Amino acid sequence: MRLNLTVNGERRRADDVWEGESLLYVLRERLGLPGSKNACEQGECGSCTVYLDEVPACACLVAAGQAEGREVRTVEGLADGDTLDPVQQSFVECGAVQCGFCTPGLVVAAHDLLRREPDPSDEEIREALAGNLCRCTGYEKILDAVRSAASAR
Amino acid sequence: MTSTTGGRTAATTVNGVGTSPARPDGTRKVRGEFAYSSDLWHEDMLWGATLRSPYPHARVTGVDIAAAVAVPGVYAVLTHDDVPGLNRYGLEHPDQPVLADDVVRYRGEPVAVVAADHPETAQRAVKLIDVTYDVLDPVTDAEEAVRGDVAAVHPGGNVVRHAAIRRGEQASQADVVVTGRYEVGMQDQAFLGPESGLAVPDGSGGVDLYVATQWLHVDQQQIVAALGVSPEQVRLTLAGVGGAFGGREDLSMQIHASLLALYTGNPVKMVYNREESFYGHVHRHPATMYYEHGATRDGRLVYVTARIYLDGGAYASSTGAVVGNAATLGVGPYDVPNVRIDCWGTYTNNPPCGAMRGFGAVQAAFGYESQMDKLAAACGLSPTEVRRRNAMCEGTVMPTGQTVDSAAPVAELLDRLDAMPLPSGPSRDAGVADLRSLPGGVSNTTHGEGVVRGVGYAVGIKNICFSEGFDDYSTARVRLAAVGGEPAVTVQTAAAEVGQGLVTILQQIVRTELGVDQVTILPAGTSIGSAGSTSASRQSYMTGGAVRAAALKVRGALLSHAATTLSRTAAELHLDGGKLASAADGVLADLVDVLGEAEFDETVEWRHRPTEALDPETGQGNAHVQYGFAAHRAVVDVDVELGLVKVVSLDCVQDVGKALNPQAVVGQIQGGSAQGLGLALMEEIRTDGGVIRNPSFTDYLIPTVLDMPPMNIEVLELADPHAPYGLRGVGEPPTISSTPAIVAAIRAATGKELLRVPVRPDHLI
Repeated sequence: MRLNLTVNGERRRADDVWEGESLLYVLRERLGLPGSKNACEQGECGSCTVYLDEVPACACLVAAGQAEGREVRTVEGLADGDTLDPVQQSFVECGAVQCGFCTPGLVVAAHDLLRREPDPSDEEIREALAGNLCRCTGYEKILDAVRSAASAR
Repeated sequence: MTSTTGGRTAATTVNGVGTSPARPDGTRKVRGEFAYSSDLWHEDMLWGATLRSPYPHARVTGVDIAAAVAVPGVYAVLTHDDVPGLNRYGLEHPDQPVLADDVVRYRGEPVAVVAADHPETAQRAVKLIDVTYDVLDPVTDAEEAVRGDVAAVHPGGNVVRHAAIRRGEQASQADVVVTGRYEVGMQDQAFLGPESGLAVPDGSGGVDLYVATQWLHVDQQQIVAALGVSPEQVRLTLAGVGGAFGGREDLSMQIHASLLALYTGNPVKMVYNREESFYGHVHRHPATMYYEHGATRDGRLVYVTARIYLDGGAYASSTGAVVGNAATLGVGPYDVPNVRIDCWGTYTNNPPCGAMRGFGAVQAAFGYESQMDKLAAACGLSPTEVRRRNAMCEGTVMPTGQTVDSAAPVAELLDRLDAMPLPSGPSRDAGVADLRSLPGGVSNTTHGEGVVRGVGYAVGIKNICFSEGFDDYSTARVRLAAVGGEPAVTVQTAAAEVGQGLVTILQQIVRTELGVDQVTILPAGTSIGSAGSTSASRQSYMTGGAVRAAALKVRGALLSHAATTLSRTAAELHLDGGKLASAADGVLADLVDVLGEAEFDETVEWRHRPTEALDPETGQGNAHVQYGFAAHRAVVDVDVELGLVKVVSLDCVQDVGKALNPQAVVGQIQGGSAQGLGLALMEEIRTDGGVIRNPSFTDYLIPTVLDMPPMNIEVLELADPHAPYGLRGVGEPPTISSTPAIVAAIRAATGKELLRVPVRPDHLI
C-alpha cells in the first residue's frame, strides 16, 4: 500500500508498504529515521516513543496504515537546527546517556511531560517515565536531567 | 567524591583525567542520529532470519528447505551443509555448531538461516523449513549433571570445569557453625539494543561486518574459522552498541549474516526481536550453593567450606572462567584461614550461560553474604560488626594464596555506609501515606497497614581484568598533528564502547598527557590489533593504559623534536594547554607552531602484570590482577500480607582507585546497583524442561524508574600503584553487593530465611 503522512513537519510518502508493517518499521526502514528505537517491538520498553498527532505513542504498536494522513514527530524532530531541545541538552550534560538506546524514547517522554507539567515533582517524573526502560543508568541521572530541563525552561 | 590519597594524578587539565566532560557521542544519541547496529542500511540489502530448534534436546533427522526456497523474495536458505569452514565456534572452546548438524542441545539453537528481500518474507520462509527431530530427554539439573547419573550432553561428559580451592586445615572445627543452601536464578543481561548487524560482501570472497559486540577480534577469529577464509578477508567495524553487560561476548548473528552475504552476494542485515534475543545470547549462570561457615564465639571466621554448582547450559561459552571466579572469590572479601571450595560448571540442555556483569562473583556473593548474616545472628553481632571483624585488608592472603597488594578498604566501606543518614520511617497512618512511596504503589494495595521496614548490608569483591594466566593486552594508536591550525589527536583502538563511556575517558587521558583539547576517537575495528574484551571491568585499565602509553611515546618524541627546534633539552619541556613550556621560563611556543608539518604517530601493545594459572589440585596461585570492592546498604518496606517489596533506599560506597570521570563512575554504580536490585526482586529467566517460559519484557521484568530508589553514593579513591592513574575497575562491583544487601533487608523486615533470588511474593507470605 501507499502511505502518506507528515513526519517532523514534512509531508512524506512510502510506497509498497506491507500491511503488517508498524509505524516504527516505516520510520526506520523506509523513511530513513532510525532514531526511534526497536528494543522490544512489543510496547514494553518505550524506546520507540513518538508523538502521533501530539500524543506520545509507541510507534511499534501503531500499524503503518493507522498513521495515514497523520502527523508524527520523532526524536529527530525535537532540536531546532543545531540547537538541542533543553531536554536533549540536559540528558547530555547530566550523564543521563550511556548506551543511549533508551534515550530517544525517554527524551520524547520527558519532552511530553514538561509540555504538560513544566515543574513536575519527582513522583510525577517517575510516573511519566515509568513506561520507558533503561538498562544502563539506574534512572538517577535521567531524573537529574528532567529536573534540570524543567528548571532551564 | 572522597579523595583519600594523592595517587599519581597528572596535573589537572581542562577536560582531562578526573573531570566529567560530556561524552563525544552524547549529542548524536539524544538527537537520534547515532548509528546503532540495527540502524544500518545498504543498497540491495537483504534481511536475514534464523530457524531455531523448538526442542532443548533432539537428534536432527532431516531438513527440507524446498518450500522455503520457493517463496518469492527468498535469496538463500542455508543449513550446516553450507558452512564452508569449521561448523563450530565458541569463546573458550569451539563446541557450538554454527548451524545444527546432528544434535540440537538447547531450545533456540540455530538450525537454518534465510535471506530475503523483506524481514516478513524471511520469517515466513523460516516457518516453511521442514525439520524432523528425534526428541531426546533433556538434562536440566546441574547437580545431576555433575554426579554423572544423566546422559552426557557432549562426548566428554557434563563437567565443563571443576575448580578446587584448598587452603589451610581441611577438617577444621569451630564453636559456631552456620550452614545454608542458596540458589540464584538465571538472569538476563537485557541490553536494550537487540543483536544485529550488517554484513557486506566485498566481491572477492571476503566480508565487511558492522556489528554490536564486546570483542571484535575474538569475533573475527571465530568467523574466519567458520567461513574458511583468511583473517584479512573478515573485517569488523563496531557499530553502535545498545548495551552489553556480558551478553555480547559470545557470537550471535555474526557468522550467519556473513554466510548469507557471501552466498547471495548481497549485503545482509540481521536484527533479532526481543523474543529471539532471549534465545540469541548467553545468560547469567544459575547457581546452587552449599555453604558452611565455622567461627569463634566472637564471630571470627575459622573456616569456610562451599560447594557451588553453576549451570552452563548447552555450550561452554565462558563457563570455565566463571567457575574460576566463583571459586577464587567464593568466601568474599574476608580473611579466612581455612578454605575448602569446590565449584563446578556444567553442561545441560538449559539455555547456554556465560558472561554477565559480575561473572561468577555475583552468585557467590549471594551465598557468602547470606552466611555472614546468619553468622552475625548466631554470634549476637550486628551484620556490619561481623563483617568488620573478618574484613580483608591490604596484605590479606586470599584462599588462593595470593596476597592482596593494594587497598582493600572493606571495613572503611562499612563504616562509611553506617555513617550515612537513614531515610525516615514508613508512614503507618492509613490514608495519609503517598501510595507511590509504598509497596504496590498506585495499585492501591496498602495504605501502610501490614508494611514493615528492614535494613540490610552486603559487601562484594571482584577481580578486575582477565585472570589465571591469560595474556591480557590492548593495542592503541595515538597520532598527533596540526589540523586546520590546531593541534589535533586521533586515537585508534579496537575497544568496544558499549555505553560505559570509554570513548570519553580515552579523550580525557590524551588531554592530560598531551595537553591537546581536540581529540578524536576513531571507530573501533579490526584494522588495528586487539583491545581485548569490554568485560571484567577492564577497559579503563587496559585500553586506558594502552592509550596512555601511546600518548607518552608521542609526548617523548614530540619533546625531543621540540627541544631541537627550541634549542632546549627535552627534560626541561612540558606540554600544557596546547603550549610548550619550561618550568623556568614559562610558555615557550605554541604546540601548533612546533608541530608544523610534523606528525607523531605511535602504536603500543600494553599489558597488565602477568597472572598465574591456578594449581589444578589446590587452587593456589596469583590468579588475579586487581580486586575491586563495593558495599551496599538497602532499606526496604515489605507488605507482609501480599509479599510486595519497595526498596526505599540503596546506598553504596565503592573504592575506584581513581575516578577518571566522576560522573561516569557514579553512573556505573547507579546502573550496576539497579541490575543487582533486579536480581534480588524480579529478574529470572524461568525454564521448564529446558524451555524458556518468559522470553519477553512483558514476562521478564527489569527495574523501572518506579523500582529504583534514590541512592547515596560515596566514591573512595585509594590508588592502586600497579594501575594506570591508580584506577580500579568500576563496572562490576556495584552489581555484586546490591542483591544480597536488598535480600538482607527483606530478611530483617520479615524474619524469613530467603534462600533464593529473585525473592518472590510467595517467599514472603
